[in-house]
Amino acid sequence: MRKVLIIGATSAIATAIARLFAQDGDRVFLVARNEEHLKATADDLTVRGASVAGYKSLDVNALDRHKAVLDEAEKALDGIDIALIAHGTLPVQADCERSPGLTAQELQTNAVSTIALLTRLAERMEERRSGRIAVITSVAADRGRQSNYVYGAAKAAVDTFLEGLRQRLHKSGVGVTTIRPGFIDTPMTAGFRKGLLWAKPEAAAKRIHAAIGSGRDVVYVPFFWRWIMLVIRLMPRSLFKRIEL
Amino acid sequence: MTNANAAYRSWGRPQSEAGKRVVRLWWRDQAFPADRPALPFGNGRSYGDSCLAREGALIDLRGLDRFISFDDDTGLLRCEAGVLLSDILAHFVPKGWFLPVTPGTRFVTLGGAIANDVHGKNHHRAGSFGHHVRRLELLRSDGTRIACSPNESADWFAATIGGCGLTGVILWAEIALRRVPGPAMEVDTLRFSGVDEFLELSRASHNSHEYTVAWIDALNPGRDGARGLFFRSNFAADQRPVAAPRPKPGLPFTPPVSLLPKPAVRLFNTATRRWPRRSRQYVHYERSFYPLDAVPNWNRLFGRRGFYQYQCVVPYSAAEAIGELIARVARAGEGSFLSVLKVFGDHKPVGWLSFPRPGLTLALDFPDRGERTLKLLDTLDEITAEAGGAVYPAKDARMDAQTFQRGFPSWRRLEDYRDPAICSDFWRRVAVPQPI
Ligand SMILES: Cc1cc2nc3c(=O)[nH]c(=O)nc-3n(C[C@H](O)[C@H](O)[C@H](O)COP(=O)(O)OP(=O)(O)OC[C@H]3O[C@@H](n4cnc5c(N)ncnc54)[C@H](O)[C@@H]3O)c2cc1C
Ligand SMILES: NC(=O)c1ccc[n+]([C@@H]2O[C@H](COP(=O)([O-])OP(=O)(O)OC[C@H]3O[C@@H](n4cnc5c(N)ncnc54)[C@H](OP(=O)(O)O)[C@@H]3O)[C@@H](O)[C@H]2O)c1
Repeated sequence: MRKVLIIGATSAIATAIARLFAQDGDRVFLVARNEEHLKATADDLTVRGASVAGYKSLDVNALDRHKAVLDEAEKALDGIDIALIAHGTLPVQADCERSPGLTAQELQTNAVSTIALLTRLAERMEERRSGRIAVITSVAADRGRQSNYVYGAAKAAVDTFLEGLRQRLHKSGVGVTTIRPGFIDTPMTAGFRKGLLWAKPEAAAKRIHAAIGSGRDVVYVPFFWRWIMLVIRLMPRSLFKRIEL
Repeated sequence: MTNANAAYRSWGRPQSEAGKRVVRLWWRDQAFPADRPALPFGNGRSYGDSCLAREGALIDLRGLDRFISFDDDTGLLRCEAGVLLSDILAHFVPKGWFLPVTPGTRFVTLGGAIANDVHGKNHHRAGSFGHHVRRLELLRSDGTRIACSPNESADWFAATIGGCGLTGVILWAEIALRRVPGPAMEVDTLRFSGVDEFLELSRASHNSHEYTVAWIDALNPGRDGARGLFFRSNFAADQRPVAAPRPKPGLPFTPPVSLLPKPAVRLFNTATRRWPRRSRQYVHYERSFYPLDAVPNWNRLFGRRGFYQYQCVVPYSAAEAIGELIARVARAGEGSFLSVLKVFGDHKPVGWLSFPRPGLTLALDFPDRGERTLKLLDTLDEITAEAGGAVYPAKDARMDAQTFQRGFPSWRRLEDYRDPAICSDFWRRVAVPQPI
């Protein structure tokens, strides 16, 4: 039985991952903002076989509450083997372009809050010399694109942070998994037209769950995004700046 | 591969366009969608247009897929309406529980199973799905939420069971699971000839077998009418190891024409004559209940034009109508891929519009050959109506208002309980012809 802390636990992707932990009979602690949704998720996971150690409502942007919530989770779980960070928001890029305030807020939610949580989690795990940190970033982190570069910049910040953190924690036996999903059909992407590249949260979860279990460093979800993003990254800048993406 | 762009279509109409707009519900506390008129959509396993709304939005409920609670002692399961029966099975069969009633596919949602008050092979013993629903909650477009059960807002309960999704969005429901010893079933297969022999077998198996159903060869009826195989089964008391069928590759796209040419259909149906008189097998429950689920998208075999399924029920007293229906189909030479015959038990229907009622039910598939097929189906309607029977809305895409209203005399009552913001193509055709 593993002890799993999930932040952004009510996200469609995180819920699907949590169900796989539930199947294994793992113990979970859930964090997100909406209390009702947390309860619904906790009930579901309980019926599915998880032992739910508790849940807590937290706005991740309230950085001053992080310590207390992590303390509570750690206590309820009796230690944290796996910390999965999955919260996020996807802003409308055009709105950000007109509003520095919104842009800052999105960077706050998608980067600063995550980095703040990671800072505390890393300290605790390093001390215990065990555990795994898994964070959902995005393929958007791989290269800034005009369609979502505010979101992309936030994810890239976290992605780069994780790269460094992985090096640092390696010596302490703590693993770091960076998860870069492509298009997943969830409430976050409700407004998008779905095409062939889209995957279901259940399918994404399987791959993520396996990657966490086997201790992978970086995983693209679904797998083919690795190749798509390789092409996008390799594209010469002189060409890249002219295309719509 | 997983294509999240699940087309919103019905099972028999691969080219149908269900609705231009889709709204998804992800949480029970969400409001009724503002885009109206709208129609709840489960998993699109209805064959016709009862899950389609060309002129409105569809409310996709697959996001409501959470379990809420389970009582280990009583088997009472509460879950959200978008949970698939397959999900319930995957989770609860290993714990020794099974669905109280299941249709011939496990890929339907709980909400869909309730809205059509689906039946299974144990109707003669257990009644329909609605008999096992203990409570449910409806979300109406005016924002009210109505929790109902057989003795709490009982009118809403009776309107909603078999109510074709028209009374509101079912958010969650409580159903009573039944205990089973394990996944293995003991299935007897018996060859029979004629409706009388079928009735005899049904009667003889009533107490000994929980599940009974017959496949009939509607292409080559013998002199006595229906010729076929009678299956009767129970969960095996002595559980032997049995393997679940492995899913076969499905059709990744819909071929322009039917891949079910007549000879193939004939071959399939000839098997019903070559079968040993009697045989017994131990099989995994999936093989017994869901043989078609092993081939994803088998409906595409019928090609782009799709197909119609015709399912009707006639009272016991008019059993001869079954022979007449079969003879009619045979004479028209319209191949039926799978024809199913089953006796419904005496249970009093739960819903005002429940299809299952005491009598015999017959289900036939017809590739859509245009006018010709529609004409034949109209003739079948006449025979059914004459016999005092009814046609199953979940399978229907074409019956006229008169046929429907004769078969479901309580339809007006349901119309009073219909949510003013909900309508389906089906209901427009059979009950409210004028646009709303
Ligand atoms: C291979 C196969 C075998 C079948 N065998 C049987 C059988 O043996 N017995 C039988 O009875 N049926 C059978 N059916 C039919 C099937 O069980 C029904 O059509 C069922 O209702 C489909 O459920 P669904 O979740 O796909 O719902 P949909 O087809 O999407 O919708 C069905 C109806 O339910 C309503 N609805 C869906 N969800 C909700 C909700 N949350 N709240 C309110 N209304 C809702 C819709 O508005 C619609 O009217 C079979 C179908 C197939 C494809
Ligand atoms: N969907 C995709 O295509 C896709 C692609 C690439 C990456 N991702 C990433 O995958 C992760 C999960 O996404 P999803 O699509 O599953 O999202 P989702 O279903 O929309 O869920 C978003 C989650 O984030 C939480 N959250 C948002 N703001 C919060 C805040 N201030 N404080 C606390 N929690 C907050 C939400 O909880 P509350 O509702 O309680 O606020 C919810 O649990 C995200 O990091 C997302 O960026 C998604």
